[in-house]
Amino acid sequence: MISADRTLVDKIRFQFRRSESIRGYTLLSPTLLIILLGLLFPLIILFTLSFWKQEYVDLIQTFTLKNYGDFFEKKIYYLILYRSIRISAFVMFATVLLAYPLAYFIAFHVQKNKMIWIILVTIPFWTSYLLRVFSWKVILGYNGVINSSLQSLGLISEPLEFLLYNPFAVVITLAHAWAAVAILPIYVSLEKIDRSLIEASRDLGESAVATFIRVTLPLSLPGVIAACLLVFIPTVGDYVTPALVGGTRGIMIGNIIQSMFGKALNWPLGAALSIISMITVTAAVCLLLGATQLFKKKVS
Amino acid sequence: MKSRRINSFAVYAVIYLIFLYLPVAVLPLFSFNDSSYVKFPLVGFTLKWYSQLADSHGLQNALVNSLKVGISVAIISTILGIFAAKSVTRYRMRRSGLLVGFIMVPLVIPEIILGISLLMTFSIGGVKLSLITISIGHLMLCVPFSMLVLISRMEGFDKSFEEASLDLGENAWWTFWRVTFPIILPGVVASLLLTFTISFDEFVLAFFLSGTDATLPVHIWSQLRFPEKLPSVLALGAIIVVLSTVVILVAELIRRGGVQLNKQSKV
Repeated sequence: MISADRTLVDKIRFQFRRSESIRGYTLLSPTLLIILLGLLFPLIILFTLSFWKQEYVDLIQTFTLKNYGDFFEKKIYYLILYRSIRISAFVMFATVLLAYPLAYFIAFHVQKNKMIWIILVTIPFWTSYLLRVFSWKVILGYNGVINSSLQSLGLISEPLEFLLYNPFAVVITLAHAWAAVAILPIYVSLEKIDRSLIEASRDLGESAVATFIRVTLPLSLPGVIAACLLVFIPTVGDYVTPALVGGTRGIMIGNIIQSMFGKALNWPLGAALSIISMITVTAAVCLLLGATQLFKKKVS
Repeated sequence: MKSRRINSFAVYAVIYLIFLYLPVAVLPLFSFNDSSYVKFPLVGFTLKWYSQLADSHGLQNALVNSLKVGISVAIISTILGIFAAKSVTRYRMRRSGLLVGFIMVPLVIPEIILGISLLMTFSIGGVKLSLITISIGHLMLCVPFSMLVLISRMEGFDKSFEEASLDLGENAWWTFWRVTFPIILPGVVASLLLTFTISFDEFVLAFFLSGTDATLPVHIWSQLRFPEKLPSVLALGAIIVVLSTVVILVAELIRRGGVQLNKQSKV
């Protein structure tokens, strides 16, 4: 009896060991479960709530499309979402363009102690995000670092007012805030490139620039795309930077959504705006990925 | 020709670092300035903002809360990250790409949407907001990061090391601790540091998901409304910069020490 049990247990154990996929899924399951409960489930709730309505503090659980109707009727939401996408796209281009040469420098020109460069790039991001945004307010402000330095040099007589409280300030602040997020994936993809491919291209007579465009850049594209997505997606929903340095012309959709959970107190409308923003961001990301596919085809 | 190109990249790198560090340098600069207005010109040197920190209980509580959340989130997400990375890189599974993509979804969702959807879920489910709800929010951001870091580390080393250990009669548990773990240790350290940083610094989720216990960023946000309290917040920011620099450097030393120890034991 006991031996029969043991053989059965052994059989199951044998099957378990033999089947790679079962062991793989078992190892993966805790992580999957966490994301399922903490992400998918809340998103379903968000979606459901976007069809409810709110009266004072009570949520009325009857199906309505009013929240979505509001978005299309009141131009303000549509315009602010459009502006958010545009600002984030600017931020993405600025951040990745600025980050690429630095990642390239670390990957190809730094011989020893690459880690020190990576650490140097990462340290500013250990400081509170809020304080960094606030620092930009101090730097760009009316009595700020730039204005007071320019004034003491005698280059300007009146402080420049166009530095702060506009979309430009938002772009600079976000390009700074997300720099490391852009540098790291680009650096990783550049570092992975087999150096002999670059040498081969040079030996076969391609110029340095042509080698970069036809070998290095396409091979680093996964890192660039990762950087683009990691910068673009979170910045669309950002509300701290617009709130601190954006002024009224720099308000983004995040500020509107946040107000629906604060002062305006309209959770269902906030939920609907979130859903619409997510769909728009997803569409924008698909466009971006499509564009890079085209670029890849063109180069090769 | 070659040396000139190296120079132009180096010049760019230095300018870039100035751009990166300018806002960080502003914090300590004004934390020593003897004026409650955060603006130029500087007035005089003082340490009073630092001594004010010692008296602020709200701030100390917030710091302790942030450490609690950050450390637990870093440990839990790194463990989950190791599991996930090992399963993805070491086992042939159907649809693993799809599942990994699913785990990455929190990275491609604006934080504010993650925050409000969790807030609604907790509120409808009658869950009281606390440090635990903040930690749950932070886990969503940290687990994918941790998995990314560890997958790239595990992909980077030869599977045959592990197979050799198993063939030589070591079981899976000890193979993990004696072969896999030492090799992925830099990735584990990186994951712990990265996830701790993300959590320690995270404001948006913490803002929506905090109850009466504020984390440091939430506390700082509340202080930004009172201009007279700003210099002491800047003093705090300066301390965080210095301490975290030390932490990163120590972590790096540990990593290098670990590598050397491995070499010695091989001999």
